[in-house]
Amino acid sequence: MTDTTQSPILVRPAETVATELRASPPRCLLVVAHPRLDRSTVNARLVDAAAGLAGVEVHDLYDAYPDYQIDVAAEQERLRQHDVIGLQFPLFWYSVPALLKEWLDLVWLHGFAYGGRAPSLAGKVLFCTASTGGDAHSYREDGRNGHSMDEFLRPLERTAVLCRMRWAEPYLLHDAPRLQGEKLEHAAGDYVRYLDALMREAAR
Amino acid sequence: MNMDDILGRTFVYLLAGVIAVPLAKRLGLGSVLGYIIAGALIGPGVLSLTGDVAEVGHVAEFGIVILLFLIGMEVRPALLWQMKGLIFGLGAAQMLAVAVVVTPVAMMLGLSFPVALTLSLILAMSSTALVMATLEEKGQRSGSIGRACFGILLFQDLSIIPLFLVVPLLAADITTAAGDGGIAGWLLGGEALAAVVLVVLAARFAVRPLFRFIAATHSREVFTAAALMLVVGVAAVMTLVGLSPALGAFIAGVVLSETEFRQEIESDIDPFRGLLLGLFFITVGAGLDLDLLRREPLAVIALALGLMLAKTLAMYAASRAFRFRPLEAISLAVMLAQGGEFIFVFIGFAGQYALLPEHLSRLLPATVAISMLLSPLAMLLLDRVIRHRTSTVPQAAPDTQFEDRVDVIVAGFGRFGQIAGRLLQANGQRISIMDASLTQIEILRRFGQRVNFGDATRLDLLRAAGAETAKVLIVAIDDREQITQLVETARVAFPHLVILSRAWDRRHAYELLRHGADHVESETYESSLAIGMETLIRLGFRAHRAHRSAALFRMHDRALFGRNQPSSPDETGFLQASKAAATTLAQLLAADLEQERSHRGQDEDWGTQGLYGELSGETTASPGE
Repeated sequence: MTDTTQSPILVRPAETVATELRASPPRCLLVVAHPRLDRSTVNARLVDAAAGLAGVEVHDLYDAYPDYQIDVAAEQERLRQHDVIGLQFPLFWYSVPALLKEWLDLVWLHGFAYGGRAPSLAGKVLFCTASTGGDAHSYREDGRNGHSMDEFLRPLERTAVLCRMRWAEPYLLHDAPRLQGEKLEHAAGDYVRYLDALMREAAR
Repeated sequence: MNMDDILGRTFVYLLAGVIAVPLAKRLGLGSVLGYIIAGALIGPGVLSLTGDVAEVGHVAEFGIVILLFLIGMEVRPALLWQMKGLIFGLGAAQMLAVAVVVTPVAMMLGLSFPVALTLSLILAMSSTALVMATLEEKGQRSGSIGRACFGILLFQDLSIIPLFLVVPLLAADITTAAGDGGIAGWLLGGEALAAVVLVVLAARFAVRPLFRFIAATHSREVFTAAALMLVVGVAAVMTLVGLSPALGAFIAGVVLSETEFRQEIESDIDPFRGLLLGLFFITVGAGLDLDLLRREPLAVIALALGLMLAKTLAMYAASRAFRFRPLEAISLAVMLAQGGEFIFVFIGFAGQYALLPEHLSRLLPATVAISMLLSPLAMLLLDRVIRHRTSTVPQAAPDTQFEDRVDVIVAGFGRFGQIAGRLLQANGQRISIMDASLTQIEILRRFGQRVNFGDATRLDLLRAAGAETAKVLIVAIDDREQITQLVETARVAFPHLVILSRAWDRRHAYELLRHGADHVESETYESSLAIGMETLIRLGFRAHRAHRSAALFRMHDRALFGRNQPSSPDETGFLQASKAAATTLAQLLAADLEQERSHRGQDEDWGTQGLYGELSGETTASPGE
């Protein structure tokens, strides 16, 4: 359980990644993509909560690859070592932040993530954690954004299907700018239970 | 005094200090008390080994001068302005409060009101040397109490000027030799003002060229000599016009605090301060009129205790009025309760005008000396009481304004250091810059950049630049050997520092890592890579691809650098490592290039080749496996 004591920013830049991978891998890889995690309240609190959970490895993409030069081999190895893959991000333009998209484009290659006879990610669980500025009501057919979150997250869901992964119910946090204090603490606790349940389920 | 005498007495003084101070510190009494007791023991009253104490006293008082000079150097004019409330508010309040309590007592002893008032103002002064030395020993100098003490002591030193002017006027009231006393007094005032102006102007305009000239010779002892000469000169001018030499030194220090030589001067004369202050306290001890004490112990001790009690009460009231919390007010009051050195000067001065009755002028110095002896004990007692009563000792909060605390030290501000430094400054970081080139400093000053002159490989200068509290040291000096030396020195002396260093080449980089650098950057690496990338673009590569190629190169190269650290620091170890590295890098890059060539128009990184292959029914090796 070494990683319970580590800070969210535990992944060093590219060159040292390969040597840091451990023999008995943690179960859940939480890939966090937030360009200003230092100024974030909601995402930072959630990352904090997740990092305290045994078996969760937090991978802060913007900290690992500030220059967008992603170490593809190291990232693929990291994915292989985990059973539950999470993508945590604030929703930017109804989509993922740029570096997370770049990471998907570069790392989830044909022959590794999908295609061929035995893609490496098959059977793993994929989930996402998205925070939004709008409230829950705005992400409905009759709301301001005109579509549900399920619709906006469809590309990720299809990614899971293409890679023969199990797509889990996303963890959504609406109204992020107003999520503070008591309510945020409540959400953090909720998040831990959500992750815990996902890992238990993956173990079965 | 012949040579034997000088050597013998020097030995006695040093011996007394060497024995008494460690003993006193072990007993928890502090070094000041140790020196005073040592002085009393070797003084005329007991062992009589000191010879002419007054003569030594003059030398020793120079310790106070250096102390004030050094304090001045740490206090920028801007800071002084910030502290004006403490200096002129609290300082004046303290002196007035003491005067209100002491003047009536002095009048009861038969002094006229003006004389009693003057005397009480002088008794209101505290011992700068004792208080500052104690504060420093306790590490409280930059806390709220330290700052308040400093402000008050500064005001007391400033008030010496008008007091000097007043004393001859008082004499004019009493003695028959009326007229000239007053005139001389006012003349003195004019001279004093002229002298202060002279010191400020000289420090401002003459000192920098002088130090530049000396620094260019790269002779350290001459630099030290010049620094000492400066302080001695200022003290001499001040004494000439009858002002406190310490005050003059303080002014000179403040004026010089803005120059690039500040840290170097500070480090060079600091040892003199410690030694001479010790000597000063020994002379205070030796000057104790033990005879008088034996004959009239009750009178002296009662006077001393009375004085301290009066000053404590007055100061407590004053600092409470200035909204200090009770605990702080008590600490301040006890800290400043003793009499100051100025009484010794004043007694001599007043003697000329026969202001005080003969008996009183013998009693007063003894009283003050005893109060100086008792004062460390009182502080000790107070500490015990406070610690006993409150489980958590009120810690003076670290103050960022009193000292220029910086997080980053940039050693060397030439072509390399500047860019890193400017980036840090652009991000609001306060940095301390050192450079050993005077021309460089001159150029940077023109751009409004504050740079301290000094060789960063010197430990004392590094310390003066703030290495003890800084978090990061950037080693950006030019010379390869000096870089290594600096990394080595800094690593040993400041284990907490993160050391980031410029490296000459790969071999140097390994060497620096071995000496404890936390991170190294080969000085031409990034710019060379940038030129290579730019060349690829000019040859027709798309910018994005050129950029990625450079990034790939860097990634491989850095990984190899980390993996191929030579096992032995010698030539063969290095050659083996670098040969292995070169081969592996070549292989890796060739493999990358091969991949690049083999695909048919699709960029492999964005992974369409395998997909297209699968879609067109071929079986190609998956690139990720």
